[in-house]
Amino acid sequence: MTHKTSSLISDESKADIDRWLQKYPADKKQSAVMAALRIVQDQNGGWLTPALIEAVAAYLDMEPIAVYEVASFYSMYEHKPVGKHHIKVCTNISCLLRGSDAVMAHLEKQLGIKKGQVTEDGLFSIKEVECLGACVNAPMMQIGRDYHEDLSPEKIDEILARLK
Amino acid sequence: MANQVCFKFKQHNQAESWTLAAYQALGGYKVIKKILNEKIAPETLIAELKTSALRGRGGAGFSTGLKWSFMLPRDEAARERMKGVQKYIVCNSDEGEPGTCKDRDILRYNPHALIEGMMIAGYTIGASKGYNYIRGEFWQPYQRFETAIAEAYKAGLLGENILNTGFDFDLYTHLGAGAYICGEETALLESIEGKKGQPRFKPPFPASYGLYGQPTTINNTETLSSVPSILANSGEWFLNLGKPNNGGEKLFSVSGHVERPANYEIPMGTPFADLLNMAGGVWQGRKLKAVIPGGSSTPVLKAEIAMKMNMDYDSIAAAGSMLGAGSVIIMDDSTDMVKTLARLAHFYYDESCGQCTPCREGTGWLTRILHRILHGEGRPEDLELLDNVSNQIMGNTICALGDAAAMPVISFIKNFREEFQYYIEHGRSMVG
Repeated sequence: MTHKTSSLISDESKADIDRWLQKYPADKKQSAVMAALRIVQDQNGGWLTPALIEAVAAYLDMEPIAVYEVASFYSMYEHKPVGKHHIKVCTNISCLLRGSDAVMAHLEKQLGIKKGQVTEDGLFSIKEVECLGACVNAPMMQIGRDYHEDLSPEKIDEILARLK
Repeated sequence: MANQVCFKFKQHNQAESWTLAAYQALGGYKVIKKILNEKIAPETLIAELKTSALRGRGGAGFSTGLKWSFMLPRDEAARERMKGVQKYIVCNSDEGEPGTCKDRDILRYNPHALIEGMMIAGYTIGASKGYNYIRGEFWQPYQRFETAIAEAYKAGLLGENILNTGFDFDLYTHLGAGAYICGEETALLESIEGKKGQPRFKPPFPASYGLYGQPTTINNTETLSSVPSILANSGEWFLNLGKPNNGGEKLFSVSGHVERPANYEIPMGTPFADLLNMAGGVWQGRKLKAVIPGGSSTPVLKAEIAMKMNMDYDSIAAAGSMLGAGSVIIMDDSTDMVKTLARLAHFYYDESCGQCTPCREGTGWLTRILHRILHGEGRPEDLELLDNVSNQIMGNTICALGDAAAMPVISFIKNFREEFQYYIEHGRSMVG
């Protein structure tokens, strides 16, 4: 069982998790669980499955419930499929004051989906998120790992065109 | 004067300010080298920090020198007992308070000041290991910081027996995964341990029971990054940049309705009006309506009050709010205060860790009541109910998130009551 679930994690992901394990005391493998979940999520196209969560538990010698707790607590772990380009739009105060409602509306119109949905071709998804800490460059959004700041409808169109 | 502490290395005309070479060209790592070579006593360094009146830049404003002093053994017996005990220095780069984005710039433009600051802290408190907790969304800042760590190791500035002085110091980055609550220091420690970020009961405080149960000091990114500049000059120098009890320059993130939103490093005690000017004034020629001076959890102030305050802990407290993390959110006269508060209330509802009933349930109540007011379904008793729920959260939770959720509600309604009343009576905004 352990061997089987653990085999869901690719060798590359395991090597990456092992690098994170080196940062923590040898008897504190659990400290690497956040990194491990992120790594297997990336390996799986941006979202986690129960099988992957249990594979992480097996790999780090943790109880599956302890990994589920972490996976369900932090907002960057996704539990259903997301688009290849997962667009996170900040709508908190500084962005709100500078037009994040318009950013969200523009994205929804251009992509033909609502927040929380994925485009039919699986290319894009939109998620409303809390403050991403780029308040002096509001409004902003994050796509994958990259921040896109000081957004305008034109700028959003350019970014989307590049990704299509 | 400006840009003398954390932004000393981030001059806009300086390319690649984040490299080791750029940092060393401006005197970087001289302080830690001097400390290590001369074996300066930790007590001396702490005294210098106390003189500087450096206060925690993450929001609480606690004296940094005093915090570090908790890690020193009280007497010879304690010194003997603590021998060989692993201690930790932890940096809080889990920047997530709405309106705050200064630590991101330190990580991006001046990561070596943070590394040197953490080394000095490690030496002073006796910690041979450090962790920098960076929020998970900050991928680029994380990479900058990792690159800087690698440079420092390569140059022999990190690792074992640094510069042949017998001092060992290892530094690692821990990446978060999206949780505002991990900015609370004990939630942050839980998170490094690989758990849900739920704050711990205090006492015991981290100085006695911290990361992995070991003595730990946790400081904010800007706090630690200020230390090398302070010790390179003197505590007196830093104090004199600001004013008594409010030492130094500080980063202020000015966001919202201004012409030039940006991070400004300015002396403590600078008039708010001057900072607003630096940011180009209120945008589009509009009038100032309200200011949140220290990040979303600090009470909102009316324009006329804000225009009379200075940007330091004591002056902002006297004006009825808090300096917090120095996150100045500017609102012009077109701002719908009900909508703005509803957004903030939703944030705290979203980010409550769920541990304490008053916060878990109370933030839900606040959000739902504000939501119905915003959608034209407000009831006459709602303002009293909001006040009531807020007051039942305040002071009744393990950590400060409960207070942080309640304070905006109380202050928005107190200062802009007529807007809320209008919404309840007419089902729409009285603004615009």
